[in-house]
Amino acid sequence: MNDEQLLRYSRQIMLPDVDIDGQEKLLAARVLIIGLGGLGSPVAMYLAAAGIGHLVLADFDTVDLTNLQRQIAHTSARIGVNKAVSAARSLRELNPDIVLDCIETILDAENLAEQINHADVVVDCTDNFATRFAINAVCVAAKVPLVSGAAIRLEGQVAVFDARTESSPCYRCLYEEDSDDATCAANGVLAPLVGIIGSMQALEAIKLICGFGTGLTGRLLLLDARHMQWREMKLPKDQQCPVCGTP
Amino acid sequence: MIRVVFFAQLREQLGTAKLDVSIERVKTLSELKQHLSLQNPSWESALANTKLLVAINHAYVKGNHALADGDEVAFFPPVTGG
Repeated sequence: MNDEQLLRYSRQIMLPDVDIDGQEKLLAARVLIIGLGGLGSPVAMYLAAAGIGHLVLADFDTVDLTNLQRQIAHTSARIGVNKAVSAARSLRELNPDIVLDCIETILDAENLAEQINHADVVVDCTDNFATRFAINAVCVAAKVPLVSGAAIRLEGQVAVFDARTESSPCYRCLYEEDSDDATCAANGVLAPLVGIIGSMQALEAIKLICGFGTGLTGRLLLLDARHMQWREMKLPKDQQCPVCGTP
Repeated sequence: MIRVVFFAQLREQLGTAKLDVSIERVKTLSELKQHLSLQNPSWESALANTKLLVAINHAYVKGNHALADGDEVAFFPPVTGG
């Protein structure tokens, strides 16, 4: 690290859990953020600010006026701009020290596998079950840790699925592949909720890269923001799981 | 006694955060759902959602499951938004 980097990251290098070693791991890491909406905005901003050396931002959608109430990486002036590109502009201003790649198309199976295989951590900030199941399946096959967050209305969930650990469950252990999504467009979502869940995803990604603390692997955290109550449940691996179970 | 807890949107939909059911009436998770739906017909569709998350004593369970006296059964709505 040069002097400017030592100064820029000094407040987290100061933490014994991070230190110089941890900051170097962060600078050397490549994180794939899929979805640059409500969750992806704070995830990308915190990971950029913290000095993740290489962020790959994937989103095929464009910024819409209705996004700006909560998707804080975007601006009014960038309505109509691709969300990965728009987020990259905010991140560039935040931290010129990191590498940013944008993927503006829908990730097909081949591209998804290639991107996940190159990532140290994948952060799922998407908004539908089909994409979440597809990301999960590749992460399990590639043994890349997945930080999963979801938020709608006044409720959110966050979990880590780490296929590097034999006993870790995967996203498919949690949900069956057989029903429809509830969308923010139809159900609404309160702005700071996605900030809370996204910030926790960013924090778990940093812990995975630096390798400190107790991660969320095998646990699911649930937030009821209307009553500001958290719940935690143990999430065991489903031995019969069609994705990660033993055949 | 089984302590039943509803979280987030389910709590609002069903209009209650928690209730108790006698273990004499329900021996399994499926029986508990049936019992709750019979007692409160308007709850049936919410409880029939296959993506509903269920935790018994703070541990996630899939499918049917035996219940024991003193268990806490918590129901959570699925969340996918991002």
